[in-house]
Amino acid sequence: MSAKAAPPDGFQRALDLGLKADEYARIVALLEREPNVVELAMFSLLWSEHCSYKHSKLLLRTLPSGGPGLVMGPGENAGAVDVGGGWAVAFKVESHNHPSAVEPFQGAATGVGGILRDIFAVGARPIAVLDSLRFGEPSSERSRYLLDRAVGGIGHYGNSIGVPTIGGEVYFEGPYEQNCLVNAMCVGLVRSERLIRSAAAGPGNLLVLFGAATGRDGIGGASVLASAELGEGGADKRPSVQIGDPFAEKKLMECSLELRERDLLVALQDLGAAGLTSAVPEMASKGDVGIDIDIAHVPRREAEMEPFEIMVSESQERMLAVVEPSRLDEVLACCLRWETGAAVIGEVTETKAIRIFDGDELIGEMPVEVLVDGCPLYELNPERPPADLYAPPARTLDSTDPQSILLSLLASPNIADRRYLYEQYDCVVQSRTVRRPGAADAAVLQLPHGVAIAVAIDGNGRRVAADPYRGTIAAVLECAANLACVGAAPLGLTNCLNFANPEKAHIAWQLTESVRALGDACRALEIPVVGGNVSLYNEGGEGPIYPTPVVGLVGQLPDPAFAGQTAFACEGDAIALVGTFRPALPASELAKLRGERLPGSLPEIDIAGVAATHAIVREAVRAGVFSSAHDIAEGGLAVALAECALAGDLGADVELEDVSEDRLFGETVGSFVVSGALAALAGLDCTIIGTVGGARLRISAGSSRIDLALERLREAHAALAALLD
Amino acid sequence: MKFGVVVFPGSCDDVDAQLACARVADVVPLWHADHDLQGVDAVIIPGGFSYGDYLRAGAIARFAPIMTEVIDFARAGGHVMGICNGFQVCCEAGLLPGALLTNTSLRFVCRQVSLELVNPDTPFTRSLAPGARLSIPVKHTTGRYYAPAADLDRLEAQGQVVLRYAPADNPNGSLRDIAGVMSEQGNVFGLMPHPEHAVDPLTGSSDGLGLFASLRDALSGSLV
Repeated sequence: MSAKAAPPDGFQRALDLGLKADEYARIVALLEREPNVVELAMFSLLWSEHCSYKHSKLLLRTLPSGGPGLVMGPGENAGAVDVGGGWAVAFKVESHNHPSAVEPFQGAATGVGGILRDIFAVGARPIAVLDSLRFGEPSSERSRYLLDRAVGGIGHYGNSIGVPTIGGEVYFEGPYEQNCLVNAMCVGLVRSERLIRSAAAGPGNLLVLFGAATGRDGIGGASVLASAELGEGGADKRPSVQIGDPFAEKKLMECSLELRERDLLVALQDLGAAGLTSAVPEMASKGDVGIDIDIAHVPRREAEMEPFEIMVSESQERMLAVVEPSRLDEVLACCLRWETGAAVIGEVTETKAIRIFDGDELIGEMPVEVLVDGCPLYELNPERPPADLYAPPARTLDSTDPQSILLSLLASPNIADRRYLYEQYDCVVQSRTVRRPGAADAAVLQLPHGVAIAVAIDGNGRRVAADPYRGTIAAVLECAANLACVGAAPLGLTNCLNFANPEKAHIAWQLTESVRALGDACRALEIPVVGGNVSLYNEGGEGPIYPTPVVGLVGQLPDPAFAGQTAFACEGDAIALVGTFRPALPASELAKLRGERLPGSLPEIDIAGVAATHAIVREAVRAGVFSSAHDIAEGGLAVALAECALAGDLGADVELEDVSEDRLFGETVGSFVVSGALAALAGLDCTIIGTVGGARLRISAGSSRIDLALERLREAHAALAALLD
Repeated sequence: MKFGVVVFPGSCDDVDAQLACARVADVVPLWHADHDLQGVDAVIIPGGFSYGDYLRAGAIARFAPIMTEVIDFARAGGHVMGICNGFQVCCEAGLLPGALLTNTSLRFVCRQVSLELVNPDTPFTRSLAPGARLSIPVKHTTGRYYAPAADLDRLEAQGQVVLRYAPADNPNGSLRDIAGVMSEQGNVFGLMPHPEHAVDPLTGSSDGLGLFASLRDALSGSLV
């Protein structure tokens, strides 16, 4: 075997690289020898949590991943669903949490770059980006800095590459103070027959690495940053964060799509976490073949890189393709035209092994099966925590006057207007955007064959912390409610599971319960989980983050001209409640402002009943019955009414029978505020509660009364911009 | 009638511009590395980040092979419309007066803005009603129009200021709310707002379509 023998201190090196003692022993047993430096570096990455999903894979296997509309399921770079007319939509959400906590601008930018590559790696043109962000309270300077730079990074990358950022969400909670979350979702459009897989095939076929040159940036990102808790000295880890170049990615994207369109590729894979170390074995494993690569042929950004550095580099904007030798010249010509570097670095073999050469010298040889499937999968040991794991938030609201409560809620960072943030993103490029951020509960994009898709992303960590099972059910249903408000039925779900250290029993319990809920919710809605990402070890010295399953949904609506909107639109319209309105204050935004501890559980949710309500809303939107539709979420009914009024610059007069605080501000799953002509609403199962009109929001509930000018509401709602600008 | 849309490797709104042009005329893409204008009647330089906008927005693009032909075409009286990054390229190439600086907010801004038509008597605006208000999106980081005061006075006096942001709707701090200017000869027009993103009410507005229709009408000599 190799001239480069195993290092004498292999065991200690393995531990330093994040492998466990048992895992190192297993590698030695499977290889029947000790790994050398290059091999050890590769094992440490492929067997890291980030690449192997060793603590989550057994759970993820319980999720429903099939269905009639599914055209590409989990396991590929992204999953895809059929949207009719011969078109498919590919989508996926992924995290870039720890890089963003260390260097927010590049961390967030390369998070977007990575998810874009996942989408064009399956041959789809990226048509939308969404992001899901979590920070500590914006009263903290660090949180404001992280938010400002992360938003800047997302915009820098997405805007420069010509893919619209059409939606997203951001929450601010204490437990994210040290460990922010930056999740990015991308949606792509492709002719179904043009989807391409990553399985290498055809011994003798060539591996072409194209895109940017390989440098020392991002070395160890997946193992150093993504698979361990964030501790002290985060700044020292900055060299592990990759640097993004959106112009390079733009050329890489156009080049990849042209190569696919001209049918010049056998397989395509992006280089993400762990670089070549991950991409090469993954392609070989999926195709059940072997691959030889020669690192001497890898174009490099700097001289004298160590072989292991070339193998593990996370330099951005690179793709790996399998090409038939007869098509090589055409492939290289296309790369030249797009000014993306390209080099043949290896070939497909029948060996079922990965062999790494440095010129003539063999410097690593590992069976594909051992590298990719040899990593042990761990059963979790979940245990329900005896008490709340989280300190109660600071109390910031004392008043019991409904008017000042409403104003405080509208000014709360979790509810305040997000315009200041989303105006930093191009939401119109590509000429598909029918509903922009702020216009509706979900973004709507028209497709070439006349129909439209709706996209939303959601996840309330506080509710999941209170009750991982019901909180996760609520997150899926809330996201589906957003789709219903524009008239869309969900087609598929992607998720990013952001949790703390799963080796701790209470975190394992959160994760187990949350995944169980995700499966139950998807089965009830009859949608597949098309793929996703797991981000674990999200905790710092001050404890775990709120468990945060972020769900992204793609749905379809037949006619974009009938897409729903949030804003009240017509003076004199009736306002109605649709769905079972059973609001509760525990774990609500108001409870947070009052500094209340999380409750031990959330109210039971009738999933089938909520799904039926979604169908009612969806069909009515499609039929043009409503002028506006908005789901009741954070801040409850009063905030939902205020949001519709502010969006439309039209007031409302509402009368409620019940005077209790929870009717106004309690939160619930499966209720909607809609408006429309009274005659049109009459045929619907709903409760009329008021009328649209004027320039004030009036809500009377017995002796309790809210009567505020829209200008007052707008001023409160602008609190986030005031805080950041 | 044939419009050409320049495609740099970092153009983002080139396809959108082609879609908008196709509503009023034939359209072909003009590849940045070529030297052939393919006999087009007008050239659109679209938005985006031509070469990553490294160095300075539009500064590298101005030296692209295709720009040699575009500059000759313009100097010979050919009609050129530069949108956003295309406006920046035209300023860098000396086809338009002034310069585009970083927004006063120092941030990217994407927003629907209201524009006032200042000069309806141009090849780019002749089909629009005098005094029209146009709802068109802007999206840029480098859109603050600047020229020395004396130059601004002259531009205004000669009718070269074509579009202004409506009062209180200036998104970038442009001097005198200037959103679009044309060359002294009236054949080159640059604007920061994106008319190609305002050609269909379904996606927000169709107020930008008139600019493309005006150019077609001007070039075909038809009276409106």
